[in-house]
Amino acid sequence: MKQQLLPLDKKDDNKIFDTQKLKIALLGNPNSGKSSLFNHLTGLKQKIGNFPGVTVDKRSGYFKYENTQAEVIDLPGTYSIYPRSLDERIVFDVLSNPESNEYPDLAIVVVDVSNIRRNLLLFTQIRDLGIPVILAFNMVDLAQKDGVQFDIGKFARFFEVPVVAINARTGKGLNDLKASINLALQQKLKVSYDITELAPAIIDEIKETFNIKNTYRAWLLAQQAEYSSHISDHDKSTIASIRQKYNYNNKDYQAKETIKRYEVINDLVWRSIVEKKAPTKDSITRKIDKLVTHKYWGYLIFVGVLFLIFQAIFAWAAVPMDLIDLTFSNLAAWLEGVLPAGPLSSLVTEGIIPGIAGILIFIPQIALLFTFISLLEESGYMSRVVFLMDKIMRKFGLSGKSVVPLISGVACAIPAIMATRNIENWKDRIITIFVTPLMSCSARIPVYTILIALVVPQKYLLGFINVQGLVLLAMYALGFIAAILSAALFKFLVKARDRSYFIMELPSYKKPRWKNVVFTIYEKSKTFVLEAGRIILAISIILWVLASYGPANEMAKAEEKVAAMVAAGEVKQEDFESKVESYKLEHSYAGHFGKFIEPVIKPLGYDWKIGIALITSFAAREVFVGTMATIYSIGADWEEDDNTIKTRLKNEINPDTGEKMYTPALAFSLLVFYAFAMQCMSTLAVVKRETKSWKWPMLQLIYLTALAYGSAYLVYNLMK
Amino acid sequence: MATSKSVADLKPGEKAIISGFKDEQMSLKLLEMGCLPGTEVSINFKAPLGDPISIDVAGYNLSLRLNEAATITIR
Repeated sequence: MKQQLLPLDKKDDNKIFDTQKLKIALLGNPNSGKSSLFNHLTGLKQKIGNFPGVTVDKRSGYFKYENTQAEVIDLPGTYSIYPRSLDERIVFDVLSNPESNEYPDLAIVVVDVSNIRRNLLLFTQIRDLGIPVILAFNMVDLAQKDGVQFDIGKFARFFEVPVVAINARTGKGLNDLKASINLALQQKLKVSYDITELAPAIIDEIKETFNIKNTYRAWLLAQQAEYSSHISDHDKSTIASIRQKYNYNNKDYQAKETIKRYEVINDLVWRSIVEKKAPTKDSITRKIDKLVTHKYWGYLIFVGVLFLIFQAIFAWAAVPMDLIDLTFSNLAAWLEGVLPAGPLSSLVTEGIIPGIAGILIFIPQIALLFTFISLLEESGYMSRVVFLMDKIMRKFGLSGKSVVPLISGVACAIPAIMATRNIENWKDRIITIFVTPLMSCSARIPVYTILIALVVPQKYLLGFINVQGLVLLAMYALGFIAAILSAALFKFLVKARDRSYFIMELPSYKKPRWKNVVFTIYEKSKTFVLEAGRIILAISIILWVLASYGPANEMAKAEEKVAAMVAAGEVKQEDFESKVESYKLEHSYAGHFGKFIEPVIKPLGYDWKIGIALITSFAAREVFVGTMATIYSIGADWEEDDNTIKTRLKNEINPDTGEKMYTPALAFSLLVFYAFAMQCMSTLAVVKRETKSWKWPMLQLIYLTALAYGSAYLVYNLMK
Repeated sequence: MATSKSVADLKPGEKAIISGFKDEQMSLKLLEMGCLPGTEVSINFKAPLGDPISIDVAGYNLSLRLNEAATITIR
């Protein structure tokens, strides 16, 4: 039982925590410095889990305090105990249920003193719930520099809790904070605002009915029991009938409570703080805001920032990505030499190692994108981007916060979808996740270039505009338009779970804290590798099995058959090996599957060879090119010179018509298919991880495949 | 009541005192954010397309959409 953790007897003071874990919840407003404090307290000893029963990430970590292992749970930032998003509901859910595993022994409430009144509102609510609290005043030193005088003792005496001045940025005051834990655990309940005066009768009835001692907890149940996951439906209806009996208007009472609490806070702050006139850092913020929200400069700066991000994930990430690619292909080649030939060697070198490489290859892009995103967040610029773009994006069912994920999708949908975490509104976020894969990612480039080169002439418009380049640009525009229009469609289809608010603080600009940036990068990469990575590896191995095994008698005959072809003069001796590969792929399960789906893809102009490529592309879209090379038994040369594969495709004859197989109609049909289709298991895996259910990735797969199929069908039949 | 001015009617730089709210649900959030009746409020700047706006209230910058600002009445 939790309560036994409290030192009831002074004699046991130093021993009581020896074998017990102390659970500490970290709370505070958004931008209060809560995450910085969390990083300082726990270092790299962090883990991401789930709150039971809900789709909210639980960030927790450990630190040592005297002889105790203290577990810190970082609860979502919130302005009050009344939630306005699904994430924020967790705060009320955890704190209103003393029986839960997450229920803290101690709460640390971080308060940004530059905005002390608004920050104290949440604190008074937590205090009144009867959880032992430490009040951490963040950035007192900075405020003092601005000429604000604090009487911290007055706060401590009024609330009867330890009050500690910290600087979450530098880590100053952390020792004082830890040293006040023992004192805090002994504190008695002293309400900062006695809620009883507002509705005594209903509070009493709830206390009695549910045997609750704490007045404020009883009040909160009357207010919003529906947000509590531990309250049974039966109890919820009991509460509803109690509300009815008293004709209780909970919203009206919530407003009254907020106003009353502010009265208490204002009175206390007025007595304890001497404020001087507007501090200087605000005027700097004002100047920057004038520039970044300017009619022209604002958008110009934003485009500049986007260009930089785009450039980074597109170009700079290429270097480490090539390195990862090279390292793993060398490793595979080396192992192939060392391991005895056979299915095991093949599984390792063709299934597992490429699978792991396929996961790690995304890390440079994820790391770079999140470097930029956390820099933008940390500095305060991100909320200005949201401010700038909100009106435009809202027309399409998105929000200002959808901009960065959508643009990042041009590099890779994986980090882009992970970046939607910043969108609090559930509906806005789901729609953004849903349409992001339509943005043409970098994996589509090899497919685009080869198909465009195949059917679009190398000509120049007006002497300098490359027509092939123009078509490539059109492919990007196509993806963007499809994304925006799909979002507008889903605006009507997806039901909102909660009302959408924009009401958002525009924090003053701050120098980014590199430590927080590093933690973000580490956390995002780790989550991706551990959670989405597992699914990617599993599917890679399945795809490998499909492409290397087939009905045994057919596969075994591969060499024999090809040897016969060589003897008959159909195949040249030097092509023997690549022909065997091609024969094996054709007769593998993947090959059979390609033939199996041929009737389905025939209306799009595709044959079974393209069918195989469509299936193997699921590992990653660029695999299309490699698969085509194998099927047409071009050997390994295509990597150095993709002209071979181009020539080979150009000469392919359609057996039905006797004419060229790769007509413009087929090529454009394929281009459109690759632009829209959800052919990326990594994206599906990451959507599953971010939405915590298979429902959304499956719906996305169905929608995007249908969109791709329909559009490709239309294009093929119109151009034929 | 219908003719009462709201924060959405303010011009940049113009100051006013919050008198009340037109939308109960919205008012709960605004109260928590420190927009209490009797508090001074002024418009900082507007987004280039006129919406959302940034207001100065309770010593910090709060941004909100015009339709949200229209629920805060002023005197």
